[in-house]
Formats: sequence, structure tokens, C-alpha cells
Amino acid sequence: MKLKSTLENYLFVLPAVIIFTIFYIIPFVWVFQLGMYEWDGILPTKTFVGLGNFKEIFFEDKIWWQSMLNAGWITFIALTFQNALAFLLAWACDREIKLKHFYKLIFFIPPVLSEVVVGLVWQWILDGNYGLLNHWLAQLGLAQLARNWLSDPQTALTTVAIVHSWKGFGWGFLIFLAGLQTIPRELYEAAHVDGANAWDCFRKITLPLMIPVAVLVGILTVLGTMQAFVLIIAMTGGGPAYHTQVPVLRILASMRYSSHFGYACAQGISFGLILIAISFIQYRFSKKARQM
Amino acid sequence: MKTVAYYKTKKIIINLLIHLFLISVAITCIFPLLWMLSSSLKTQETIFKDMSLIPKEFHFENYYLAWKEGGFGRYFLNSIFYTTSVVAGIVIIASLAAYAFSRFRFPGRNLLFFMFMAAMMIPIPGSFVALYVLLNKLHLRNTALGYILCMINVGLSTSIFLLKTFFDKLPRDLEDAARIDGCSKFGIWWHIALPLAKPVLAVVVIFNALNVWNEYILALIIFDSKPLMPLQVALTTFQGEFITRYPLLMAGLAITALPIIIIYFLMEKHIVKGVTQGAMVG
Repeated sequence: MKLKSTLENYLFVLPAVIIFTIFYIIPFVWVFQLGMYEWDGILPTKTFVGLGNFKEIFFEDKIWWQSMLNAGWITFIALTFQNALAFLLAWACDREIKLKHFYKLIFFIPPVLSEVVVGLVWQWILDGNYGLLNHWLAQLGLAQLARNWLSDPQTALTTVAIVHSWKGFGWGFLIFLAGLQTIPRELYEAAHVDGANAWDCFRKITLPLMIPVAVLVGILTVLGTMQAFVLIIAMTGGGPAYHTQVPVLRILASMRYSSHFGYACAQGISFGLILIAISFIQYRFSKKARQM
Repeated sequence: MKTVAYYKTKKIIINLLIHLFLISVAITCIFPLLWMLSSSLKTQETIFKDMSLIPKEFHFENYYLAWKEGGFGRYFLNSIFYTTSVVAGIVIIASLAAYAFSRFRFPGRNLLFFMFMAAMMIPIPGSFVALYVLLNKLHLRNTALGYILCMINVGLSTSIFLLKTFFDKLPRDLEDAARIDGCSKFGIWWHIALPLAKPVLAVVVIFNALNVWNEYILALIIFDSKPLMPLQVALTTFQGEFITRYPLLMAGLAITALPIIIIYFLMEKHIVKGVTQGAMVG
């Protein structure tokens, strides 16, 4: 009776555990195994190279580090421009204001769309020859500013980063707004009575109380943006000449176009470790910020 | 001396500036989608010349062409099929497991639960490489089943976490009563726990449905044959083929995006809750 009951309990978790083992644990282990081999993904023969793949990644693969820098630049823009915009919008909405609900509804449209849709629509708008943006610039008499936004090495990466910010700011907006709404109104009223102006209130009440929320948004932004790549596939495919390559695109390229499965896994591990290190540093940093 | 009128005007001006700021950003959010719709109604000839938002002629047949010739009808049904199968699978499998983690005691319970939770925290950016190899070995690559199982796994951890948290807070009176009446464990799960879990199931359904509908990378590496592809992959394939037929591409984009936008407008509260809760957990 007791045994039957325990077996029944296992039956409840069995489907989840089977799927999880096959599609998560096994691939997880394989990534670490394959990372130490040179393998084209098809032939049964694999050559053991130990940490050779990692050595190549860290010391020889210039494009890999270029892609890391690119992702860093996109993340930097997301952290500054995107989050500043998100915060300003949240601050503007955090009051008795008409149409508040409408704004909230609209700002979250880009986040529910897929990266492919966003990427292809913006690619069409930014098209060098037939794009709407260049057309408008010409209409405004600013034709000299028009360019091939996505195939000009000077603008491609930043353009991608701005479209990424367009897609993502709605997240920060929602979180910031939720954070702002937890600040008790009495604090502001008391400050007003004491003769503080709006700027004082913002600097002395809003900003300090929002630091934990800002740190949370920051962590989510960094982890999300460093791993973003589908938008880039849809917009530039990584070009022109590696200017918009990011790490996950490199992993995909190693696997699909040069059949370096082992190398792709080693890249995945390296990148995963870097991400874990970044979130750990941010976590420590946020603890410090909270103590202040 | 500052009068009441002074403060009133000041307030109105500030409000105006704030609205101006908010509206300009709102327009930036909507405009690209309007441009997509507008472009989807032009022809391959006019699309490069007619730069007006409202086309001179409305070529609704583009949608018919995209649906039939472009194959987007097929891809649309594929996406619907994958989304519903994965969501149904997750609801059943995750709620079974979450219910057991919340209610039963058995050896290894905490370890198993910890495993699922750890999977949410550890990023493995290269996992699709190993999944590709694995599906090849299992002869599940380029099959609908392979994709569905992979996607069920993707949503499993978060869904189990959301459901378990909910069950933990749920009073057990009803379940106790049912047990005394001789109801089996599976009976209680199906007839009592699941119906009570409707609010959190809504979150789970929305979060996962959006995830699957918008998913790209796994579909890209799993499917070689076009008739199996979901919308997102078909879109990039369509764009990469011959000379891009922009009006049809735009119609395809609209076919992909509009269902999401319409559902979002209809159930905004639920969707925002579903997406944020799901993402916050992960």
C-alpha cells in the first residue's frame, strides 16, 4: 500500500523528469564533452583536442572577441539609452494623468512582437535605397545624412542597438513604473510642505528609492542583451563584414557554416561562463548599492 | 507674488510637455507597424515609389497571395499547431509535476525540484548545438515531434515553478474531502487541483504560447523541410530567397504579428502579467 503510493507519486513527476533529462541534462553534459573534441557533426570520428578549442577561442579567434565587443556595445546602449528612456517614461506616467492606460498598452507592443518581425520591419524602414527613413531625410533637405544604415560599417551596429532598445524599453518601463508606484505619496507631500521643489523631490526621494529597481532592470538588460541575436539575424545577418556579429551568432556560424561542432560547444561554454561571471559581479554590486 | 493662475498655467504647461513626450514615443511604437500594413497593401512596383502611409490603391490580394503562393497559410497553421501542442503538453506535464512537488513527500523530491530550478538560472548559450546532435541521433530532427518536445522542455522549469508556488498557497480542504470520499490522486489532480489553478494556468498558457509563437532558433536548426516550418523561420527564409517580394513579405509579417497584437489588445492585463511573471522567474 505504502509502496504503491510512493510509486504513484513518482508517476506524477515522471513525464517532466524524462523530458528534462533527455532535452536538458544530456545536451548539457554533451556540450562539455563535445567542447573538448574537433568534430564536424556528421562523421563518427571525433578528434580529442582537450582544451585546444578554448585556447583557440581565447588567443586566436579575433572575430569571437570582436563579436563580444559588439554585444558589449549593444548592451551599453541598452543600459544607457534604453533604460534612461524607460525610466523617463515611467516617471512621466507616475502621476494623475489622462491616457495613462493607453500609454502602458502601447509601450508594451514591441516586447510582445517577435524579434524576426521587429527586425524585418525595421530593416525595410532603414533600407538604403527604398527605406522610409532616407526618404524622409531627403524630404527634410537632409539628404546628406541618408545612408545605408544597416550595411554601412560605421552605423550598422548602433542602428541595430537602437532597434533593440525600441523592442526592449517596454520591459524597463513596466518594472520602473511598478517600482515608482510603491513609493508612498506622503513622502512627496511632506517634502512639499517642507518647501522642496520637484527637482529636490526627484533627486532626494525618487532616485535613492529606485536604486534597487534600477539594479534589477540593469541585470535583466545585460543578461538579455548579451544573448540577443535573432533580431540581428533578421536585420543584418551579422554583416557587413562581421560588424554586427555577436557571440551567439558566432556559435551558430561555427556549427552551421564551418561544421565545427566541438568548437561551437566550447564557444558556448566560454560565453556561458562569462555571463555567469557578469551576473555574479552585478549581484555583488547590487548588494553594495543596497547597503548605501 | 505668484498667483493661483501662475501655478495653474505652470501645471498645464508641464502636463502638456509630458503628454507630448509620451505621445511621441507612443507614435514611434506604432508607426513601424502601420508602415508594415501600408507596405503590405502596395504592389512590387509601387512599393518603391509610393512613400505615403495610405496607399493610393489597396491591394488586399497580397494577403491571398502570401497565404497561398508564399505558403504563409501553411506556416500559420504550423505555428498554431506547435503552439497549441506545446502549451497543452506543458500544462499537463508541468502541473502534474508541480502538484507532486507541492503535495507529496517522496525520496528525491527536493533534489528533483532543485534540478528544475537550477536549469532556469544557468545560461547555456550553446545548448542548441547539442540539441541538434541529440535530435539527429533520435531521428527526431526535421520532425514536428522533435520540435514540440524541445519546446515543452524550454517552458517546463518556469511553469513548474509558477504552478508549485500557487499550489503551495492553496488550502487543502477540498482535496482532503475528496480523498475521504475515495477519489484517487490523479482524480484529485484533474478534478480539483487543476480547476482551482485556473488563474495561474492562464499565466502559464500565455507565457508559453507567446514563447512558442515567437521562437526562432530551435525551429531554425530543427526544420530543413519548408512544409514543417513555423512562421518565424519561414519569414527569414522567404526574405532570403529570390528577389524579395516586399509586399508579400510585409503581408507575411502582418499575418505573423497581427494575431499577437489582437490577442494582446483583448487580454492586455493577463498578457502583461503572464509575460512579466514568467520572465521575472527566469
